[in-house]
Amino acid sequence: MNFMPVILWSDALVFLLLAAGVGVAWYVRKHEHLLLPWRRVARSGVAVVSLLVLILFLAVGMLDTFHYRAALEGGSKGETVYSSEVLSVFDKLVEPLRTRNEKSYSAPLAVTLYAKESLTDRQGNVVRDYPRLQYGGAHLAEAAQRGADVIKRALVGALAGVMAGLLLVVAARYGLAKYGLPLRPLSIAIVIITILLGVIANLATGYHVLGTDKVGQDVLYLSLKSIRTGLIIGTVTTLVTLPLALFFGIAAGYFRGWIDDVIQYIYTVLSSIPSVLLIAAAVLMMQVTIDTHPDWFATSASRADLRLVFLCLILGVTSWTGLCRLLRGETLKLREMEYIQAAQSFGVSSMRILSRHILPNVMHIVLIALVMDFSALVLAEAVLSYVGVGVDPTMISFGTMINAARLEMAREPMVWWALAAAFGFMLTLVLAANLFADAVRDAFDPRLNRTVA
Amino acid sequence: MIEYLVRRILYAVPILIGVNLLTFALFFIVNTPDDMARMQLGIKRVTPEAIEKWKQQRGYDKPLLINSAASSTQKITETIFWQKSASMFVFDFGYSDDGRNITREISTRMGPSLAIALPTFMIGLVVYVSFALLMTLFRATALDMAGVALCVLLMSVSSLFYIIGGQFLVSKLWHLVPISGYTGGSDVFKFVLLPIVIGVIGGVGSSSRWYRTIFLEEIGKDYVRTARAKGLSELRVLFTHVLKNAMIPVLTGVVVVIPLLFMGSLLTESFFGIPGLGSYTIDAINAQDFSVVRAMVFLGSVLYITGLILTDLSYTIVDPRVRLT
Repeated sequence: MNFMPVILWSDALVFLLLAAGVGVAWYVRKHEHLLLPWRRVARSGVAVVSLLVLILFLAVGMLDTFHYRAALEGGSKGETVYSSEVLSVFDKLVEPLRTRNEKSYSAPLAVTLYAKESLTDRQGNVVRDYPRLQYGGAHLAEAAQRGADVIKRALVGALAGVMAGLLLVVAARYGLAKYGLPLRPLSIAIVIITILLGVIANLATGYHVLGTDKVGQDVLYLSLKSIRTGLIIGTVTTLVTLPLALFFGIAAGYFRGWIDDVIQYIYTVLSSIPSVLLIAAAVLMMQVTIDTHPDWFATSASRADLRLVFLCLILGVTSWTGLCRLLRGETLKLREMEYIQAAQSFGVSSMRILSRHILPNVMHIVLIALVMDFSALVLAEAVLSYVGVGVDPTMISFGTMINAARLEMAREPMVWWALAAAFGFMLTLVLAANLFADAVRDAFDPRLNRTVA
Repeated sequence: MIEYLVRRILYAVPILIGVNLLTFALFFIVNTPDDMARMQLGIKRVTPEAIEKWKQQRGYDKPLLINSAASSTQKITETIFWQKSASMFVFDFGYSDDGRNITREISTRMGPSLAIALPTFMIGLVVYVSFALLMTLFRATALDMAGVALCVLLMSVSSLFYIIGGQFLVSKLWHLVPISGYTGGSDVFKFVLLPIVIGVIGGVGSSSRWYRTIFLEEIGKDYVRTARAKGLSELRVLFTHVLKNAMIPVLTGVVVVIPLLFMGSLLTESFFGIPGLGSYTIDAINAQDFSVVRAMVFLGSVLYITGLILTDLSYTIVDPRVRLT
């Protein structure tokens, strides 16, 4: 084997989440009454299109989750030595983006560096000029050919995109027709996305589409890598909030009495501390622990990764209180319902009432809260990283990108592309998540009056 | 009423004790003072003497909970818990790492924080409620749809973008106000203008949508239909009936944040260089000044609990049916 698979902590948690997601989907598929609200979601054009965008982001994030360490050349006597650098399948797929690093800043689609340097021309004179990039537009003989070349590549890419998109649309119309999906918005979205992907992919073979950052890394690559960090913060956190909120919320509402008092006390204490401060305090303490135990981590990637997992844990512990309060209120209401009282008078055990009668009837609240929290968490990551209590500074994320690019605002002319890329990707992800969350809420919220279809 | 108030304040005490114990556990038990000393002094090549000196300078060289070496009451008082954690109940926050009195620092920094946070809050409230009322008035029309779409778009933008974009556009491109800074006196206006505007814009999306939901819920009720049946104009229904009755859910979300305005905003203050409590907190986090962070956590929860009590009181003002007993 010329590589060794590596499963980081966050990878394992993502796989766990994925397995849980598949399990839930399988269960829902078998039960028509659970499927019904999802059918309502699937009829909404906005929801389907935003789900498509989310799936694209998820795909990038998932590819970026299969990690491995490549074998180094020239290991001694049958013994393979593995590189200490942890790469992912996604890194391998976009290897040119990852490895074609320039010296420093360059603008999107540029062929020269952003700052002038002293160069020696053919006659041996020293001139101040913008040096050509090592990779960006390296296939061009003259910098002046750039415009025509960019247009040509963009057109070819768009054409390929249109064709791929149309093929996909035909396949989708054929394959998905029986599910009653809104095909028109879906088709338009597919074609737009494939055109965009085609243009970007074709330009990326010869240029840095979104420019390069201070140390010459491709900004497009950084943005794509940030997706995984954002997704993990948004999803793994729910692994922590969900059990806490469900357990405490339902227990408080159902048993009342001193159990309710204790649980209410715990969540009032936690929620009375402003969340940023609580997170900051917890993260500072985590930093101390990590810094005083450097021997715990084999690679710097595993240290950064464990920090990410801890950040999710901290975010989860500080943010379950809202959902817990909602669930407590709903359970208080449910336990007075006739069917629960009937179950109680039949002598059904508390555990069984909780799992068979209460839990299924609060799941819509849980689902709505989870999808609504996702976008807030993605946004929170950037803010926390700016404050200095976010992900590890070596981990690529929207927050660290913004943080690094913030200081470049002062340069004249301004280095704007890293900021723009980070904000653009973040906006797309969060907007899609918000729109999807709205559709889910509309479909699942029983308070909204709707005619049963 | 007075009795209720006393009871609520007494009820706040165990919560504050909980917060206090939590921060104590977080800052002194998860990592011992030795760990903190080692990190602040650098992990490697740190002598035990240096650690002892660091702890002594900050008063961390005492036992955590019970000092068995001391006599009588000093068993309790000569400990880290008593001197560093319990003392916060009388707002004695001790000294920061650069040797300043945290309590005094907090009281001087509250002013600049309020200068930004209070106008942002008040202007914001007026703007968000008006926008939401407008959307409610034109509910289920294209205008309402466009408003909601705008809200969703605005709330999907990172708050960092509003600040960075605003600074770039207004200060750097148009040179209307200074990028950052703060002074007292009459010049203060030009320094606080941009942070306030950005703060208001940053909240439009989520807040207006939230108020719209509240108003829409209220407008579906029977008394509104009665009011319309009596022949009241839609505007009158909206302002005199819906707005008044929607006050309870609005107050629930709004009053609780009023005391927290003293804490300022972390992001705004640090980007605009406002010497308030928000930037104080950020600086402390970056310098890993744990005593300041501890103080801010405690202060924050005191203010939050004050906000909860104020919320209950505000109900009696807007709804005469609410009696606090």
